[in-house]
Amino acid sequence: MSNFETIIGLEVHVELKTKTKIFCGCANEFGAPPNTHTCPICLGHPGVLPVLNRTAVDYAMKAALALNCEISRDTKFDRKNYFYPDNPKAYQISQFDQPIGRNGYIEIEVDGVKKRIGVHRLHLEEDAGKLNHLENGTGSLVDFNRVGTPLIEIVSEADMRSPQEAYAYLEKLKAIMQYIDVSDVKMEEGSLRCDANISIRPYGQKEFGTKTELKNLNSFTFVEKGLAYEEKRQEKILLSGGKIEQETRRYSDATKTTTLMRGKEGSDDYRYFPEPDIIKLKIDQDWIDRIKAEIPELPDARKKRYVEELGLPEYDAMVLTQAKTMSDFFESAISSGADPKLVANWLMGDVSAYLNSNYKTIDEVPLTPEALAKLVQLIEKGTISSKIAKKVFKTLILEGGDPEEIVKAKGLVQISDEGALREMMAPVLEANKQSMIDYKNGKDRALGFLVGQVMKQSHGKANPKMVNKIILDEINKL
Amino acid sequence: MSRINEEQVKYVAHLARLSFTDEEIKTFTTQLDDIIGFAEQLNELDTEGVEPTTHVLDMYNVMRDDVVEPSLPREEALKNAPVQEDGQVKVPQIMEA
Repeated sequence: MSNFETIIGLEVHVELKTKTKIFCGCANEFGAPPNTHTCPICLGHPGVLPVLNRTAVDYAMKAALALNCEISRDTKFDRKNYFYPDNPKAYQISQFDQPIGRNGYIEIEVDGVKKRIGVHRLHLEEDAGKLNHLENGTGSLVDFNRVGTPLIEIVSEADMRSPQEAYAYLEKLKAIMQYIDVSDVKMEEGSLRCDANISIRPYGQKEFGTKTELKNLNSFTFVEKGLAYEEKRQEKILLSGGKIEQETRRYSDATKTTTLMRGKEGSDDYRYFPEPDIIKLKIDQDWIDRIKAEIPELPDARKKRYVEELGLPEYDAMVLTQAKTMSDFFESAISSGADPKLVANWLMGDVSAYLNSNYKTIDEVPLTPEALAKLVQLIEKGTISSKIAKKVFKTLILEGGDPEEIVKAKGLVQISDEGALREMMAPVLEANKQSMIDYKNGKDRALGFLVGQVMKQSHGKANPKMVNKIILDEINKL
Repeated sequence: MSRINEEQVKYVAHLARLSFTDEEIKTFTTQLDDIIGFAEQLNELDTEGVEPTTHVLDMYNVMRDDVVEPSLPREEALKNAPVQEDGQVKVPQIMEA
């Protein structure tokens, strides 16, 4: 057990999925050919007049409300000055002292313990362009398509005490953004990005220790791993009598370590001042109420409903509500009358296994909720065995289709007719008489072997329960 | 009494990526000091209870609808970029680490 307490705060940037950029009518679209979505406004030409996108403000408010923030009634934009080639204006329009949202929280759960992580502030700003570094080191190429994409920056309180809590916070934040449908929140496309601040202090000490900032955290797992490494690194320094330097460090997954990126000397001076090109905002109660009404049931509420109304175990309810697409799929499947727990089992088992190993999400496969519901019902009714169901499932997830038709077309209907079964089984049992005798003499495993032989003979179509019964029947006759 | 010193002028010049001769630094130090001095007249006013002015226009909520408008053709957008490669602006290598 370590003698130090870890303190973590996260800064998350989320790109809003408006149709256009925050201050001009250029399309906000990921993956377009470089520099095809720009105009004099987002390129920062002199004399242009940026105008705020109403939907961007709506989305930022929606996010702030979903994170339980207070909404600032009077808010404005500010100019953050810095030179970097990804930023043609040499300043970013952001919000400094009047963020749209403040004092919110996100509820997380780690190892069954619930905890509230404070959201210090949420503000609206514009994204920068994208720098593509040439591998031969001769320069960097700049694509300005992303310049002016609306972003919200969500700054947490330093409330997290372990890398696991940081991971849980990000998962929940991502889920909420997905549910309220304001962002794609895809880390691999940069629509969700995270920087982490971490410090440690001896238990009982009131003051925070010196913190370091971690960058280049390209996945939630990297955030967790980077923080875990940094926790150990700082501890080692303090235990050997050293001092933590306030610095920015970069996580590398190749080495699983963090390395120095920038020291304190390079500390920035952004010279914020009120943005003269953007008119102030006044947000009244009507506006807040209108946005509030648009917020759908959030993951925690859904989870609660799954447990209380559908009788799912807590764990199942948590897994199913983590991604909105999965949760929506589950809801449509059970709305066609399938048993919730059986559907949950399929989704958490075979479906998730397939999705994870193929890096897909549930909305990217041909399997439909109706098809899964039917499959579950076919098993329940005994029309197909669970073994056959796995075969049908494979077809469904790869090609789609209707389970009933697949079962019919492929002749997969389970054989439950006793007469037919006995007829089919007679030669198999005859050939394995020794195993029957073995079972009678106390070798329990022999029964499983016999059932297996019959199932093989029937190409999985025999009703295993019936087969079991018939075999025992025959053994008793010996 | 001087409000602005040469170090401050050099610092601000650096932030703005401007380089000046010693002569110019001296001139700007005096001029900036005069400007600050002029603005300081405002300190004579009692501003107790007055909200800071953040914008000169007394207007609120000027916004546009989220409707796509045509962007510039790429050639047009890149016209002023002296070095280009693959439809992008080429700049000196920016080290990330």
